Amino acid sequence: MATGSVTVADTPLLRYLLRRADDALILGHRVSEWCGHAPIMEEEMALANMGLDLIGQARSLYGYAAEIEGAGNDENTYAYLRDERGYLNLLLVEQSNGDFAATMLRQYLYSAFIHPYWLALMGSPDTTLAAIAAKAEKEAAYHVRHSAEWVIRLGDGTAESHRRIAEALVRLWPFTGEMFEVDAGERGLIDAGVVPDTAGLREGWKHDVAAILQRATLEMPADGWMQQGGREGRHTEAFGHLLSELQYVQRAYPGATW
Amino acid sequence: MTETMIPLWEVFIRSRNGLAHKHVGSLHAVDATLALQAARDLYTRRGEGLSVWVVPSNAIVASDPADKGMMFEPTASKIYRHPTFYDVPDEVGHM
Repeated sequence: MATGSVTVADTPLLRYLLRRADDALILGHRVSEWCGHAPIMEEEMALANMGLDLIGQARSLYGYAAEIEGAGNDENTYAYLRDERGYLNLLLVEQSNGDFAATMLRQYLYSAFIHPYWLALMGSPDTTLAAIAAKAEKEAAYHVRHSAEWVIRLGDGTAESHRRIAEALVRLWPFTGEMFEVDAGERGLIDAGVVPDTAGLREGWKHDVAAILQRATLEMPADGWMQQGGREGRHTEAFGHLLSELQYVQRAYPGATW
Repeated sequence: MTETMIPLWEVFIRSRNGLAHKHVGSLHAVDATLALQAARDLYTRRGEGLSVWVVPSNAIVASDPADKGMMFEPTASKIYRHPTFYDVPDEVGHM
């Protein structure tokens, strides 16, 4: 018998926590898909390390969400027993891995956003959030460094590596605008001084990304129409496939433990 | 096949202040920056390190295994070189 899905209360802070946690969980899951498939052993370990950092961040955030919600949910029910529409991650992080170039570029575009975000969140009067941010900041700083070095080398590498990462850039760029979107609920948290304003990070992100793309001899795409919907639970096609694998064990064997 | 084209590096890690960097293994990386990152990813996952060195393997000059007898055996009979004939006072601590 398959396990039923859980429902989650809807308050601004809870929604906020699930959004950040889902970003980390879903990107961590995507990165974990490289296990056993990385081009070289050194990157196998680098990817696994990044995936574990991200899943660790998700666990901290889900743990805090469970505490705030106080409705019997925990990190496992959030991660494994919500329906597709209950996940509030950015569309960017759910995009399929593609090749190594696309994976590194996706990692860079996200990390270049989230690292300054965690730094800003460290100043939150919410001490739990500030502590989670302080731990995540160091991890994200390394993700920026590692993925940026690869973006530069692949872009400014061979004709083949340049072609692949240039294609990935065109494919992923329309998903970057969503990182800076803020809805009314989150606006309330921003106005109350609890969390930083993502919109305020946009110029800094563009500046950092432009510098790396220039070193990678890649052309920065124009700011055209941007995809959105992930923050409201509307996902791209890739997400259903991801969830079916992520949730398979808990759905097939409810309550299974190690 | 591709891996044979990627240079080999030797990794040295210092686990604590005051200790020397110790050889822990090797890895493949295209350049020094990525070698340092790979060393971090491969060899410091369990809190082993405070400092990492990477050195191109081809920069290391090694003794020839065939010279083992000439190089190392003459010391075997010189036990007086080992400082084991002294009583170290307890107050001296770790030496």
